[in-house]
Amino acid sequence: MRLLRCASLLVLGAMGFWFGFASPPAAAQESPYFVTYDHYLEEPGNLEVEYFSTLGTQRGGNNFHSYFAEFEYGATAWWTTELYLDGQTTFHDSTVFSGFKWENRFRPLEREHWINPILYVEYEDKNGTDKTLKEIVGHDVEADFETPNADTRREHEREIELKLILSSTVKGWNISENIIAEKNLANEPWEFGYALGFSRPLGLKAAAKRCSLCRQNFVAGVEMYGGLGDRYSFGLKDTSHYLAPAVAWNLPSGWTLRLSPGFGLNDNSHRLLLRWGVSREISGFGGMVRRIFGAKS
Amino acid sequence: MKPVFCSLLLCASLVAVALGLAGEQKEARWRADVYAELAKAPEKARNRSNPLENDPEAATAGRVLFVDHCAECHGETAQGAKKGPSLRVPEVQNAAPGTIFWILTNGVVRRGMPVWSRLPEAQRWQLVRYLKSLGTAEPAPSAREAAPKP
Repeated sequence: MRLLRCASLLVLGAMGFWFGFASPPAAAQESPYFVTYDHYLEEPGNLEVEYFSTLGTQRGGNNFHSYFAEFEYGATAWWTTELYLDGQTTFHDSTVFSGFKWENRFRPLEREHWINPILYVEYEDKNGTDKTLKEIVGHDVEADFETPNADTRREHEREIELKLILSSTVKGWNISENIIAEKNLANEPWEFGYALGFSRPLGLKAAAKRCSLCRQNFVAGVEMYGGLGDRYSFGLKDTSHYLAPAVAWNLPSGWTLRLSPGFGLNDNSHRLLLRWGVSREISGFGGMVRRIFGAKS
Repeated sequence: MKPVFCSLLLCASLVAVALGLAGEQKEARWRADVYAELAKAPEKARNRSNPLENDPEAATAGRVLFVDHCAECHGETAQGAKKGPSLRVPEVQNAAPGTIFWILTNGVVRRGMPVWSRLPEAQRWQLVRYLKSLGTAEPAPSAREAAPKP
């Protein structure tokens, strides 16, 4: 089973990079956020292949490096669907595949508004070794990560996660708020969390020449995210919170590089979560797949 | 024989005229459908003028943005492609800059055009400046296929 999972991960990774290098790129205009979502969905027919890493410090245990591959597809202009494959390496311990997620985002309103809502639904199937920290909910705290992989991998969790994404763009600034509700399907209570983000491109006007180092290609911002307890103990008690400056560099070749050092804001938080990521948008992916299966070009 | 020939000629002419009229009507309906969204721009948005109208570099920068973000659907020359209609038709070229800016900002989400408010306002105006500099031209044949479904 483990071998099968590793093989699928490798095949999907190889496919991703093949498409990434061998297919036409689309110039991306990505936000720098790692945790917060804004209201922009993937363009219809485009696929974005992404790789993200998080290096986390751990008091009372071993530091870790978690990572995930993400395949984000624009099914329509109002629906984006994504598959995540997660894994982690805990230093002086082991490397494990921790599970997968299937995520969908829907845009209910046709036009732009002062605040733009997006509905988010995710299904997660993972073991207890998941350390991607893609969202912080409930009473997630640093001490949860002390347990060795050999013990946590025996746990099996199936979870549903819902988010209400609210996002506005004003004078070049993006302001996004995410309200998170997550439920372990094994009769656990609903857990809550939040994520907030502000970002702005360094240049608002485009240059007359294509360039990699132009100011408009850099988007800088800051994120704050954390848990809000659960249904029975809602609030900030025994929760962890992070503040993370973030920057994205959108290259004209279609690649986007992101970097974000996240700092724990209380004693329950990891001291540092250093995140980085690389992604590439592939235009016309849907059309390519349809042609492979015999549709007329 | 002569009356038969004349009748056949008359019938053929009538059929040709009918087909021609139907084609024109179909063409008109198709165009009206594709570009109907332009008419939905509110007056306040329509009346906005392009703050970069006199910026000498706006159209050139707009071209770079067009190639990066729009050409995939609307074609390299904006004459339309399989996924998006021509932007060189009189409906677009004669539209107020504010109307085009409004369409860029809001997209036509139910018909596949995403919102482009993720581009800062200045860049959307640069795009408008570029589009308005193109002038009219016949749509590309593949643009026909971009006709929206009712």
